[in-house]
Amino acid sequence: MGQLVQIRDMSFAREQRILFDNLNLDIAQGKITAILGPSGIGKTTLLKLIGGQLTPSSGDILFSGESVCRAKRAQLYQMRRKMGLLFQSGALFPELTVFENVAFPLREHTQLTEPVLQTLVRMKLESVGLRGAEQLMATELSGGMGRRVALARATALDPELMMYDEPFAGQDPISMGVLLKLIRDLNQSLGLTSIVVSHDVTEVLEIADYVYVLADKTIIAQGTADGIKSNQDPRLVQFINGLPNGPVPFHYPASDFLKDLAAQ
Amino acid sequence: MINQIQRIGERSINFVTRLGVAGLMLVNALFSQPNWKFLRLVGLQVYNLGVLSLPIILVAGLFIGMVLGLQGYNVLVSYGAEQSLGTMVALSLLRELGPVVTALLFAGRAGSALTAEVGLMKATEQISSMEMMAVDPFKRIIAPRFWAGVLSMPVLAFMFSMIAIWGGSFVGVDWKGIDSGGFWSVMQASVDIHQDIFYGFIKSTVFAFVIVWVALYNGYYAKPSSAGISEATTRTVVNASLMVLALDFILTILMYG
Ligand SMILES: Nc1ncnc2c1ncn2[C@@H]1O[C@H](COP(=O)(O)OP(=O)(O)OP(=O)(O)O)[C@@H](O)[C@H]1O
Ligand SMILES: [Mg+2]
Repeated sequence: MGQLVQIRDMSFAREQRILFDNLNLDIAQGKITAILGPSGIGKTTLLKLIGGQLTPSSGDILFSGESVCRAKRAQLYQMRRKMGLLFQSGALFPELTVFENVAFPLREHTQLTEPVLQTLVRMKLESVGLRGAEQLMATELSGGMGRRVALARATALDPELMMYDEPFAGQDPISMGVLLKLIRDLNQSLGLTSIVVSHDVTEVLEIADYVYVLADKTIIAQGTADGIKSNQDPRLVQFINGLPNGPVPFHYPASDFLKDLAAQ
Repeated sequence: MINQIQRIGERSINFVTRLGVAGLMLVNALFSQPNWKFLRLVGLQVYNLGVLSLPIILVAGLFIGMVLGLQGYNVLVSYGAEQSLGTMVALSLLRELGPVVTALLFAGRAGSALTAEVGLMKATEQISSMEMMAVDPFKRIIAPRFWAGVLSMPVLAFMFSMIAIWGGSFVGVDWKGIDSGGFWSVMQASVDIHQDIFYGFIKSTVFAFVIVWVALYNGYYAKPSSAGISEATTRTVVNASLMVLALDFILTILMYG
C-alpha cells in the first residue's frame, strides 16, 4: 500500500514562531490517519500546507508523488480537485442556500444535468442528516449543522484525499456517532484516504488506522490506535487522559505570570 | 538619519512588492478564457455594480446639470452669449464632469462595496475554501467583478452626462427662457464625436480600470478583521478618488493639452 501524502523534512514558521521543525509524516493510501495534538500546535496549519495554501520554508510535501510546494498554479488546482478539506470554521457561502452550497463544487467542475445534480446533492445532505434543511440559508444554520453541511460540500466531488479539521466540534453524541460512521464508510466504500484532526481522542482512536501525535514542533508519538493507547510516554498519557499538569504545556508560550505580576 | 533612509527604503520596497502583487492578481484574473458561465457571473456583477449605482448617478447628474446651467447662464448672459449655454454645459460634462464625478461616485458606491465584500469573503475563509475546492478565486471572484466594473462605468458616465445636459436645458430653456432651438443646435454643432464623446469614454474606462483594481486589491489583501476591512474600504475610496483626479489631469494634458 503506497503513501498518498509524504511530508519530507518540512519546516514552517508563522512570523517568529516555528511551528514545524523538520517534520516527516506519511499518510497511507486508503487509510484513516488521525492527527492529534494540543490546541495551537499547528494541526490546521498542517492541513493547509498539504492543500498548498501555505508554503513551507524548507522541505517538501508530496501528493501522489507530486510536489505540492513547487507546483505551478494550474497544476496545484489540478491536485486540489482530488482533495477535500473540511474547514474548522465550516466556511460556507453565507449568501447561498444549503443546497447551493453543496452544489457549488459540482456546478463548477462537472456538467451534470440539473436532475442528476439534485439527486447527488440530496444524497450528500441525507448522509449528514440535513436533507430537510436544503432550502435554509447558510446563515440560518446552527454551528454544528453548518459544519455538517460543510462536510457534505467537501465530499461532494468524492475526492481521493479527505481532510477533516475538527469534524466533531459542536456535535451532539448522536450526530457525532453518525459522523464517525460516515467518515469510516466513506473511507471504505469509496476507497478514500482520510486525515482526521480532532480533540475527541477516544472517538478518533476508534476509527483511526494510524495515529500521529504532534507536540513541540514534531511528532512525539505515532502508531496504530492500540499502540498509542498503550504507549506509556508521560506526554502522551497526559494528552490522552486530559490532565492539566504534565510535560505538555497548556499555555501558549509566555513569560512567567507570577513574575510578570510582581514586576508591575 | 540612517534610520530615516532605512525607513524610506523599506517603504519603497513594500510599495514595489504591493504593486507586483496587485499586478499579478490582475494578470491572473484577466487571462481567463470566457465561457457562458463566466459571462453570467459578469452579468450578475454588472447588475450589482452598474445597475444598482444608477439611482445615485442619475440624481447626482440631474443636480449637477441644473447647477451648471444656472451658473453658466448667469455668467454668459452678462456677455449676451447665453445661446452658448448648451455648448458650455455639454462640453464641460462630456469632457470632464461626466467621467470624473461618475468615477468619484462609483468609487464611493461600488468600490467600497467591492472591497468590503471581497475582504469579508477572505476573512471568513470563503476564498480559502474555494481554493480548496479547486476553484480559482481570481477567476471566480476577481475577474467577473473587474470586467463588470470596467464595462459599466463608461455607460454610467454617459448616462450621467445625458441627464445632466437635460438638467442644464431645463434651467436654461424652461426656466431662464433661452430659445430651445438655439440651445440644442449650437450644442450639436460644437460637440465633436471624437474630441468630446470618445475622449470622455476613454477617460471613464481608464478611471473604471483603476477604481476596480484598487478596490479588489484592497479587499483581497485586507487584514482579516473588522478593523482591517473598514480600513481597507476607506483606503479604497481615498486612493481611488485621488488617483482618478490625478489621472484626469494627466489624460487632459494628453488629450487637450
Ligand atoms: N494567519 C495566521 N497568522 C499568524 N499566525 C497564525 C495564523 N494562523 C494561525 N497562527 C498561529 O499558528 C499556530 C498554529 O495554528 P493552528 O490553527 O494550525 O493550530 P491548531 O493546531 O489547528 O489549533 P486548534 O486545535 O486550536 O485548532 C497558532 O499558534 C497560531 O497562533
Ligand atoms: Mg485548528
